[in-house]
Amino acid sequence: MNCSETTSKYYRVNRLPHIWCAGCGHGTLTNTVVRAIDKLKLNKDEVVIVSGIGCSSRAPGYLDFNTLHTTHGRALAFATGIKLANPKLHVIVIMGDGDSSAIGGNHLIHAARRNIDITTIVFNNNIYGMTGGQFSPTTPYGDLATTAAYGNIDKPFDLCSLAQGAGATYVGRATAYHAVLMQKLIEKGIQNKGFSFIEGLSICPTYYGRKNKKGNAFKMHSFLKENCIDKKLVDKDPDKGRNKILIGEFYNNPQPEYIESYQVIIDMFQG
Amino acid sequence: MNDKGYKLVQGNEACVEGALAAGMRFYAGYPITPSTEIAEICSQKLPKLGGKFIQMEDELASMAAIIGASLAGVKSMTATSGPGFSLMQENIGYAAIAEIPCVIVNVQRGGPSTGLPTSPAQGDVMQARWGTHGDHPAIALTPNSVQETFEYTVKAFNLAEKYRTPVILLMDETVGHMREKMTFKNISQIEIVNRKKPSCKPEDYVAYRPDEDMIPPMASFGEGYRYHVTGLTHDETGFPTNSSHVSEGLIRRIVDKVEKNIDNFSYYEEYRLEDAEIVIIAYGGVSRSAKSAVDELRKQNIKAGLFRPITIWPFLEKQIYMVSQAAKEIYVAEMNLGQYSLEVERVACKNCRVKKINKVNGELITPEEITEAIGGSYEL
Repeated sequence: MNCSETTSKYYRVNRLPHIWCAGCGHGTLTNTVVRAIDKLKLNKDEVVIVSGIGCSSRAPGYLDFNTLHTTHGRALAFATGIKLANPKLHVIVIMGDGDSSAIGGNHLIHAARRNIDITTIVFNNNIYGMTGGQFSPTTPYGDLATTAAYGNIDKPFDLCSLAQGAGATYVGRATAYHAVLMQKLIEKGIQNKGFSFIEGLSICPTYYGRKNKKGNAFKMHSFLKENCIDKKLVDKDPDKGRNKILIGEFYNNPQPEYIESYQVIIDMFQG
Repeated sequence: MNDKGYKLVQGNEACVEGALAAGMRFYAGYPITPSTEIAEICSQKLPKLGGKFIQMEDELASMAAIIGASLAGVKSMTATSGPGFSLMQENIGYAAIAEIPCVIVNVQRGGPSTGLPTSPAQGDVMQARWGTHGDHPAIALTPNSVQETFEYTVKAFNLAEKYRTPVILLMDETVGHMREKMTFKNISQIEIVNRKKPSCKPEDYVAYRPDEDMIPPMASFGEGYRYHVTGLTHDETGFPTNSSHVSEGLIRRIVDKVEKNIDNFSYYEEYRLEDAEIVIIAYGGVSRSAKSAVDELRKQNIKAGLFRPITIWPFLEKQIYMVSQAAKEIYVAEMNLGQYSLEVERVACKNCRVKKINKVNGELITPEEITEAIGGSYEL
């Protein structure tokens, strides 16, 4: 399927153009979500996309599914209610780095702990873009932001380790440059019966990039290309991973899913 | 249950029975005294009915989860007390602007903050009206007995479904934890209201276009009507807008759909008001003391009566104004430092004095405290 067919089939074309800045990685990441859904041939009526607040969270508005733009940080809690109420629905949550791990950090670890069948995709651009470039829980140590005028002294989260530690049963990371890998991880995440967490490294040329002299969008994409390495290669040769950002599938370990476990209780009472 | 159809039931238990009778099949909550029995009983009963119970990580999440479940088509509820009610305000506002039916039970305890966890209070009256930011509709009902808790929990669901709005059942610890007889005998005749669904084809569905009654039909996620829901100010399509004209229209509509229909759900009780010169206004647990106080004052030849609002929000302006026209004095008795009384003062006619009887020590206002306050100041 070429790009325009995907667009007309899955996008609310009348809602375009989108609000993202020129060069932002979020459009590419949104497209990886769409392509994964297309590849899996999911019924559009049975797909729900839930988001929180921020640049990333505007993505669902452009997509022709059941879409829910919630409050800041709470997307997973809304999604939990939807999935429990109607387990037939494929529930996909798109959040940003601040959305998922600062204000929504508690909801993230508990949704992961329950292993509820929700696919969570974080568009991580290392900054609060919508509000103008404040540091987030994934802004690297020492970097500049509008609220870190002298360098960020907060240590950043490794979101994938956080999700895995909390109980996610499928975890992976790709980037806006590594779109094919990103799509594959999302496909596998959706297929995993349980809580899946996929981090998509994005770029924010407007705030994070400009503040930290990272160059234009092309240079920032090139940085992702040159500084990321697939975990599979590092597993064979650990030296290759030195000073690199790991991408790829990190964890795939199916466990009993929350709603299936609940259904066992319901079934106890059905004759 | 005895052979006359009566059973000894706790207030919180009656709340669950009412919710289940109304069709509630999803509960999300976080443990908090004095509402916890509601969660415990829901966790026992819901799976037996094929419903779902989930204990969330906090009250922010509980409120979010019931909105999500309601969007998926299932009648949903949460229950809490003051500290949790504060946390729920964020998403109560979301439910108001996104017009998602749901019921929030607040079994009030002493506050502010952690306050008096096991003691009754009525300090959340204004929070039930104005707790979430921005202008928004508010419906809150206040039962004063176990039987009423059952009945008004059903009504809370009916109103939420009818008006597509969050509805608050404002209980207090006295009512939540009291046990008294309750009848289930007319349970099959209870009126149950379900949300209005779209009758058009999915391609013709405009998710937030209201009918003449100001309420848009609501499709559930998964039914083939793919639409967008947001907490941002939105137009009829459901998508965000910055149009000042559309924003004004949306906020006025969601407020008006409730306030202009107040005559359809103005619930209250009048007791010995016919010739009353002194009117006590009280609600919830305190109204039971107020009723005894009226009887005692009558024995002292003081023409006292009780007006008891059950619909506490929107404020029963018309009824309170009428009461104030006939009365010389109104005493508003409440377990706070004067919240409902502010509204009574606002609407009472000028030649009726409004006085307050308040208590914030975690104990119910007694009949004696009311009769003394009135007997001591009333001139025959």
